[in-house]
Amino acid sequence: MASTEEDGSVEEKENNNKKRTKSAFAVAWLTFYNIAMTAGWLVLAMAMMRFYIQKGTHKGLYKSIARTLKFFQTIALVEVVHCAIGIVRTSVIVTGVQVCSRIFMVWFITNSIKQIQNEESVILFLVVWTFTEITRYSFYTFNLLNHLPYFIKWARYNMFIIMYPLGVAGELLTIYTALPYVRKTGMLSMRLPNKYNVSFDYYYFLIIVMLSYIPLFPQLYFHMLRQRRKMLLGEIIVEKDE
Amino acid sequence: MDTLALEAKANGQEKKSSAPRPRPKPPKKAKRIVYFEVEIVDAKTKEKLLLLDKVEPTSTILDIKALFHKSNPQWYPARQSLRLDPKGKGLKDEDILQTLPVGTTASFYFSDLGAQIAWGTVFLSECYGPLLIYLMFYFRLPFIYAPKYDFSSSKHWVVHLACMCHSFHYVKRILETLFIHRISHGTMPLRNIFKNCSYYWCFAAWMAYYINHPLYTPPYYGQQQVKTALIIFLFCQVGNFSINITLRNLKCPGSKVKKIPHPTKNPFTWIFALVSCPNYTYELGSWMGFTVMTQCLPVAFFTIVGFVLMTVWARGKHRNYRKEFRDYPTLRSPILPFIL
Repeated sequence: MASTEEDGSVEEKENNNKKRTKSAFAVAWLTFYNIAMTAGWLVLAMAMMRFYIQKGTHKGLYKSIARTLKFFQTIALVEVVHCAIGIVRTSVIVTGVQVCSRIFMVWFITNSIKQIQNEESVILFLVVWTFTEITRYSFYTFNLLNHLPYFIKWARYNMFIIMYPLGVAGELLTIYTALPYVRKTGMLSMRLPNKYNVSFDYYYFLIIVMLSYIPLFPQLYFHMLRQRRKMLLGEIIVEKDE
Repeated sequence: MDTLALEAKANGQEKKSSAPRPRPKPPKKAKRIVYFEVEIVDAKTKEKLLLLDKVEPTSTILDIKALFHKSNPQWYPARQSLRLDPKGKGLKDEDILQTLPVGTTASFYFSDLGAQIAWGTVFLSECYGPLLIYLMFYFRLPFIYAPKYDFSSSKHWVVHLACMCHSFHYVKRILETLFIHRISHGTMPLRNIFKNCSYYWCFAAWMAYYINHPLYTPPYYGQQQVKTALIIFLFCQVGNFSINITLRNLKCPGSKVKKIPHPTKNPFTWIFALVSCPNYTYELGSWMGFTVMTQCLPVAFFTIVGFVLMTVWARGKHRNYRKEFRDYPTLRSPILPFIL
């Protein structure tokens, strides 16, 4: 593949101008979106706490919050659009990967494989997600309103240090527990011969997904650590030439 | 030495050999060459890396890179990027020092492009891989399919045809790389070879596995489908070849002058009237033909991904053409006539 020179410099400048003079409409929409998402995840958190306090067990907790979770997690796809059109200054790919991994967990693991819905690992990652998302969306909201309380900034750039690994552990354990059920039912799989001349084995696909956490997770983690050093400690980081 | 002095000198020499005639004496220019001072500064850390004095004003950027390489042997010229502005574009190797907008003390910002590899090496590895990998699956070498199928041959003639087409495509590419292509920059970053080879090799293996599988299902519409697809494939292969030849004939060896490609007598090049990068258009056509011929979803995936990549490159090239030539034909689209 002939890698051509990147000629995005002109477009980048235009984009920067666009971002700097962010339209009032974009700010209004983003503020509304972030407030709505904060509220949504707060509702989830309270529903989970209420269930546990009332029933004393985590069995059946997932089922009770499943619809709300699916709704708010799926809406997060809109954040990829935000990056693509430039009203949020983050890489489309990073956001895309994060949102897709969440959507994958919710729709293709916990929603599809009913037998693992009462596992502890599910509760683990649900708690982590809820905490992380509430912090993240309230951070964005306050940022947009230019009144960021220090404790939210502190939480966003410090809590991930334990939340990320815990969340990854919950997700990986859940996928691992789901494997035998996937193999038994042969769900989402396609075998030869067929007229498209393709085959897909969901079981091996899940194993590859689990393995992909090994290169991907450290990258996201170190990215957040770098962000933390920059935002919280005011360090100037000189990016190494690749 | 500027050209005026050179011409005067040549004139003087010519006239000496003919009959002596009163002629105006060539202006006696004091032979004082203004030497340049060149400073090389790290673009990121702004640390001064090298100071060169007594640099010939007619030296090129490549000469300066060679001098820099002498004092810093780990940075061979292909890996150096010298710029006038730390955030600007890299200067070309052929640029001459005295034509640059610098005073007699020039400051260049240096950045390391990383280990480089010749483009030819990358292109050849990209092409030999799929060629050999496909053949491994075609001949059903052991450990790919169930042992009872080892070294067996498919009973569908479309599978044999597909192997011929696929191999032909990559052999053609290899020959073009060796004899036809002229690329302006000699090297690319080393990591490209891993990136590019993974892409081509993995996709080739994925496609070849299904096409040569013992349980392969031939195309739904049979002979008709295969024959039509073959015609499309061959047409586009010839087209792609014609475009590559035309592009090669545009550039004289060693010259870095860019020219606008135009339709020639060859009907396959008439598409230049509507498209800036018809080599990509024909490539897309070839793979679409191959997809229809094999009716294999992985091939369709490969075609789609290739199409996305080629569109990105075509749009970049199209933008460069428009920037470089004021009179660039406005009817042309980057890759698909009127659409994209």
